[in-house]
Amino acid sequence: MSLILFWIFAGLMLLFGLGVVLMRNPVSSAMCLVVSFVGLASLFFTLDAFFIGIIQILVYAGAVMVLFLFIIMLLDLKAAPARKLNVMAWTGSGLVLVGFVALMMQVVLGNPALHAAMPALTADYDDVQQIGLALFTNFNFPFQIVGVLLLVATVGVVVLSRKELK
Amino acid sequence: MEVSLAHYLAVSGLLFAIGMAGVLLRRNILVIFMCLELMLNAANLSLVAFTRFHLVDGLPNFNAQVLVFFIITVAAAEVAVGLAIIVALFRKMQTTHVEDLNSLKF
Amino acid sequence: MAPWILLFTPLVMAAAILFVGLRSKTLAAALAIGGALVTCVISWWLFLQPDPITAKIDWINLGAILGPNAPVDFAVPIGLSIDALAKSMLVIVCTIAPLVFIYSLGYMAHEEGYCRYFAGLSLFLFSMLGIVLADNFVMMFIFWELVGVSSYILIGHYFRRDSAAEASKQAFTVNRIGDFGFMLGILMFWLSTGTFVFADLAVENAPALATLGASPFWLATACVLVFCGTIGKSAQMPLHVWLPNSMEGPTPVSSLLHAATMVAAGVYLLARLFPVLEGSPGALTVIGWVGGITCFAAGLMGIQQNDIKRILAYSTISQLGYMVLGIAVAPLAGVAMFHLFTHAFFKCLLFLCSGSVILGMHHKQDIWEMGGLKNKMPVTFVTMVIGGLALMGFPYVTSGFYSKDLIIEFAYEAGWPWFLLALGGVFLTAMYTTRLLVVVFFGGPRSEEAKKAHESPAVMLFALVMLSIPAICAGFPPIQKRFFEIDHPHHLPGWVPIAIMVVLAVGIVATILLYRGGPKKDPVLIPFFANRLYIDAIYAQIVRWAQDGTAGALRFFDRWFIDGICVTFGAKLVSAFGFTLRFLQVGNIQAYAFFFGAGVVALLYFLVAR
Repeated sequence: MSLILFWIFAGLMLLFGLGVVLMRNPVSSAMCLVVSFVGLASLFFTLDAFFIGIIQILVYAGAVMVLFLFIIMLLDLKAAPARKLNVMAWTGSGLVLVGFVALMMQVVLGNPALHAAMPALTADYDDVQQIGLALFTNFNFPFQIVGVLLLVATVGVVVLSRKELK
Repeated sequence: MEVSLAHYLAVSGLLFAIGMAGVLLRRNILVIFMCLELMLNAANLSLVAFTRFHLVDGLPNFNAQVLVFFIITVAAAEVAVGLAIIVALFRKMQTTHVEDLNSLKF
Repeated sequence: MAPWILLFTPLVMAAAILFVGLRSKTLAAALAIGGALVTCVISWWLFLQPDPITAKIDWINLGAILGPNAPVDFAVPIGLSIDALAKSMLVIVCTIAPLVFIYSLGYMAHEEGYCRYFAGLSLFLFSMLGIVLADNFVMMFIFWELVGVSSYILIGHYFRRDSAAEASKQAFTVNRIGDFGFMLGILMFWLSTGTFVFADLAVENAPALATLGASPFWLATACVLVFCGTIGKSAQMPLHVWLPNSMEGPTPVSSLLHAATMVAAGVYLLARLFPVLEGSPGALTVIGWVGGITCFAAGLMGIQQNDIKRILAYSTISQLGYMVLGIAVAPLAGVAMFHLFTHAFFKCLLFLCSGSVILGMHHKQDIWEMGGLKNKMPVTFVTMVIGGLALMGFPYVTSGFYSKDLIIEFAYEAGWPWFLLALGGVFLTAMYTTRLLVVVFFGGPRSEEAKKAHESPAVMLFALVMLSIPAICAGFPPIQKRFFEIDHPHHLPGWVPIAIMVVLAVGIVATILLYRGGPKKDPVLIPFFANRLYIDAIYAQIVRWAQDGTAGALRFFDRWFIDGICVTFGAKLVSAFGFTLRFLQVGNIQAYAFFFGAGVVALLYFLVAR
């Protein structure tokens, strides 16, 4: 059962991931990305990481992708015209990618320790509470820093978006 | 056959590879940026998978999930700033095509 | 106390002139002459004291340090020792110095750097007194170098003139060559005896030196190395070249430095060291040959010079050769010192006379532009003839006769070659001196300046007249007995003094015959002598080769090693590397991403798959 679910979600994610890369129109790419992220969030759910999955949908599918679409519309981008195939780039990139995937698969599939079944959870499970606890105790300082980072990013975006850069 | 860690890692690796392919091959800087997000989330997936398969006291290791939370936050900030830069760049150069953005060379 | 005052008065005066005297010419001259007169009075007072006077303070005392065989005490005192030798030298220096200072009043009256000149003279007097009074090698070496420095200052007085600057540089450099040997000699003496003090070095006082005497070669080497200092300072062959060139300085300086005192320092050093030299016949042989060859060769060069001061310079070298020869041949140092004593007076007189002539001739120094000056400058003429006769050693009535004949007689006893060299020196001395006097004072004027020549101011003539008195009588036996205890050689054949007189007479008469009638230019031309035996030219060539060779080697090293390998090669390597890597900088983000990805794959491969 879970294996079927896994393959459905994983297939969804990879398929629309490919769509991001292959679609000519940026708007289509963005839409594919949203679906891919939903698939990813579903995979998080199968891993019992409900909080992360929800955050994934909220932040990415909600906020980030809306931002992307806004920008695409703002810049009024059209579908990229078909250009001549850059053989050098495709060959090089292909080699790198094939090498990367081959190495990755060799490591992942060749290691028997990674083939154990998913262990059962033995304790009471409340991930929002647990993450909140960790966030406000052990990781309080990084949490504050991230807050500052977001503030800086906000200010930076405001500055960058002005008509005249000084 | 049960779902194992290897499945998740393989899928994560494939997603990463797809994202990298997009970064390497697409010419539109916005799409490249989206592919970067794909790669980031591939990393997130492997992190969460590890927490679920390596339990601590019968529970996932939430420290790693906090890390994922931070990654998502930073990625959001990055998207905001990155898009602002792209807008500024587009204003200046009237293009989002990376092959036209090559003035930084010898 | 008196010795200290004597030593430091000129130094204080030099400092005073530099600090307060530069404003007023009168004040500067008064300070310098006052200091010189004080030293003169003190030195005569010291001379009349019956006993030797010593004064000593510790200067450096390092305690026991590692010697060649056993730990020895390393102590350098500042000591003044005024024995008979120092007394006679003191009187020479301190009598001539004030006269030269006073003479300078007239000679330098209208020259630039008047105050600087007097400061330099005072400093020079201080250094010279230091040499005379020093009782140990280290102190003497320090003052030896000070004399070099002050002579550098004085010779280069007209430093804006290139030739003067060159001459002062040459004098200093050539002296340094000799001084290097001197220093090595001092170190050798210290190594074997552990002391610097002259009195401790005398054979009977220094057991170490006695054992040293058992190794004649070591002792002779040490003595000859110290003698190198004399070769430099007293302008012996082959380091004589600086002295004629140093005539670029003002004439009073020439007279003070190069006739009476500075060059005499070398001979004085030998006399100081005489108790040690006696123990080394080998060293005395070397010294004798150097002195003999110098007195003859310098005479050869002297007979063909045309510059009045250069003729005198070569005569000085020649006479110094006699003194050095005297050290080698005579059984006591007094013989050489006696000649130094008389020579100081008549050579100083000659230089001052030449200065007077030069001033009268409006700074023309070529004798072939002079002529017929005996009527226009009668006092200078008479005094210069007196000086010239003394220089030649005119029998019985001049001081030079007594001292020079003594040396020649001892040379006869010591060996034929030295006797012949000395006798040849007499002939040559007669020739160049007579030539000088005849050409300058007789015949007709050879130039406009000679026609308009005039007698010098009274203050200069005063010095001339004063000096001509000792030039005549300083050698008379009663005076000699007061200064030096010398006996004539006992077994001298009667014909030797007569031979000297005959040679002298032949030289004088032959020269008068050659130059009679006031010829317009030199009737005798011997380029080999006129070009100073080509020694200067040879040195110039050697220096040029050495310099060019060293410079060429250094240039090669600099260009190919320093520049080529160390600097340029590194820079070129980095630059080439950067140039190559620049092609990777294509400006395309995706190319960078590709490199990055390829790097990651490679890294992965090495990390996990291998």
